[in-house]
Amino acid sequence: MRGVGAVRGPIVHRERFPIFWWLGKLSYTRFIARELTSLAVVYTAGGLAALLWTLGRGEEAYRAFLEWLAAPAAVAFHALVLAAVVFHALTWFHLAPTALVVRLRGRKVPDGVVVAGHYAAWLLASVAAAWWLLGGRG
Amino acid sequence: MGETLRLEVRRYIPERGPEPFWQSYEVPVRREWMVLDAVNYVKDRLDGSLSHRWACRMGVCGSCGMMVNGEPCLTCATPVTGLLPGPARIEPLRGFPVIRDLVVDIEDFVSKLRRVKPWIVRRSPKPLSEGEHLQTPAELEEYAPFAMCINCLLCYAACPIVPLEPDFVGPAAIALAQRYNLDSRDEGARERMEVLSRSDGIWACTFVGECSVVCPKEVDPARAIQRYKVEAAMDWWRSVLLPWRGES
Repeated sequence: MRGVGAVRGPIVHRERFPIFWWLGKLSYTRFIARELTSLAVVYTAGGLAALLWTLGRGEEAYRAFLEWLAAPAAVAFHALVLAAVVFHALTWFHLAPTALVVRLRGRKVPDGVVVAGHYAAWLLASVAAAWWLLGGRG
Repeated sequence: MGETLRLEVRRYIPERGPEPFWQSYEVPVRREWMVLDAVNYVKDRLDGSLSHRWACRMGVCGSCGMMVNGEPCLTCATPVTGLLPGPARIEPLRGFPVIRDLVVDIEDFVSKLRRVKPWIVRRSPKPLSEGEHLQTPAELEEYAPFAMCINCLLCYAACPIVPLEPDFVGPAAIALAQRYNLDSRDEGARERMEVLSRSDGIWACTFVGECSVVCPKEVDPARAIQRYKVEAAMDWWRSVLLPWRGES
């Protein structure tokens, strides 16, 4: 064992790690922003669950919930939440190739293609959802 | 005399007191000099009491890592001209206990490294009569990037999790574990997974990614750790969904 009062070995100094360490460097700040925006993802999932729950409680409850969602403050707040969720998703798109090793015919697919694949899947899912929601299903 | 640079060096001398202090030195700047040359100049010409580690001066031994203007750097590979006009701050690697001046205690790292068995593990050694373990270029390519690690510990100094979670095994040790896991001659992946799938192993990493940014050998420890996480997750799902398959 080392440290003050140790019987053997040098007395070492341990630098205190500052609580605001993540403000000292852009990449650390970006990392914390990525972690914090995960709360927006949790909020969105909770919001969808709440929407389903009010639907189950009947038409009146559902309409009241929609009215609350349409209030200017709620719209502004949810625009911020949407921005945070999009930021969070995009950071993970760009980090995906680090964890994902995709091979095609024995060759490793370049990182850029993996990222592009995520964007393509996002676009496809958005188009499909828009088509379904906007009445394309006939 | 030509251009000079002021070095502000973080010093810690245990006999003088418990707190480190800053000391300034004015060193000449030569175009071909690296930061290590400037620190060596201080030691040789200005103040012999300054302590720091170095050996090869060519980016191989990994012993001269220091914080230069707040960034973990291999000082033998960091041109001193890049620090002009100065002053330049030189500190010991962040996150490690400091023994004296720029010398840090790496004992904790060495014990963590030993735990991941960074050597080829075989269930039964191949007899010499059967010849060498042959490997294709593709098999070599699989682990070669991770084999470039020189244990310089810059990745530990760049990682904020290391000081926040002192038990975290850390980037270089995990990258080296992965280097052996991906080696076609190795059979120790299961043993390493037992060590690294714990909370102080791969799951302590929150993927800041700075370890890979500062690595002077482009080892990319962040990639090694994330790949390990995917493998550990797959392993867990396999054990839940296909329990009859047992341990491979």
